[in-house]
Amino acid sequence: MAARKVSYKTQLEEIRRMRIDMAENCLCNGVKTLICVCSGASNVGQISNKAAMVFGEEGTGRFFCLAGIGGNIARMVDTARDEEMRVVIDGCPTGCGKATLERAGVKADVHVVVTDLGVKKQHNFNFTDEEVSQVVAKVKESLQS
Amino acid sequence: MDIEVLGTGCAKCKKLEENVRNAVAELGIEATVTKVEDITKIMEHGVMNTPGVVIDGVVRSEGRIPSQQEIRSWLQGK
Repeated sequence: MAARKVSYKTQLEEIRRMRIDMAENCLCNGVKTLICVCSGASNVGQISNKAAMVFGEEGTGRFFCLAGIGGNIARMVDTARDEEMRVVIDGCPTGCGKATLERAGVKADVHVVVTDLGVKKQHNFNFTDEEVSQVVAKVKESLQS
Repeated sequence: MDIEVLGTGCAKCKKLEENVRNAVAELGIEATVTKVEDITKIMEHGVMNTPGVVIDGVVRSEGRIPSQQEIRSWLQGK
C-alpha cells in the first residue's frame, strides 16, 4: 500500500484537532466495552434494554447476554470477565444486573440505574426516546469521568 | 522500574491504572507508577490512542486495557 502523503500543515491541523478532542474527551475509544442490562419486566427495564441496543448500533459497546452469565454458561462468564470494560445498566435499585455479574465473580466498571435519573418505575412497557437518550448520555458521561 | 499510565482521566484510564497497581502489588516489586494526563507528554511517547502503558520508556500497549495477567508478564520480563 502506498504511503499517504500528508502536508506539514495538515499534520499540524490533525495534531491541533487531537489536542482539542483529548482536552474535551478522553480518547480511550478503542477500548472493548461490554454492555449488560437487566432488561427487566417494567418500563425502566426496557429502557435499559433499548439503551444497550443503541450502544450496539453505534458500535461503542457490545450488547451482551446477561442471562448467559446468570445461567453460569462458562464460556460467557469467561468472556465477561476478560472484557476490558464492563457497563451494567439496571432499571431500578434492586440492581439485578450488577448482582448477577457479581455472583459470577465479575465486577462492573460502570453501573447506571435508570430510576436514579428521575424515571419512575412502572409495570408497563411505555417509555420515550428521550428517556433512552438520557440513559445513553449518563453511561457515556460515566465512561468519560 | 518506571511505569507510566497514559490517559487524560476517564474511567478506562483509571481502570488501567488500577490493573497496573494491582499487578505491581501482586508481584511485590519496586516500581514507580505515574499517571500521565498531560496531552503533550502523552504524544511525546508517540501514543495517539489512549489508554497506554509505558514501562521504562518503552510503550507496551495503547488503545486498550491489558489484563493484570498481561501486565504481570511484562513486569516479569516474559
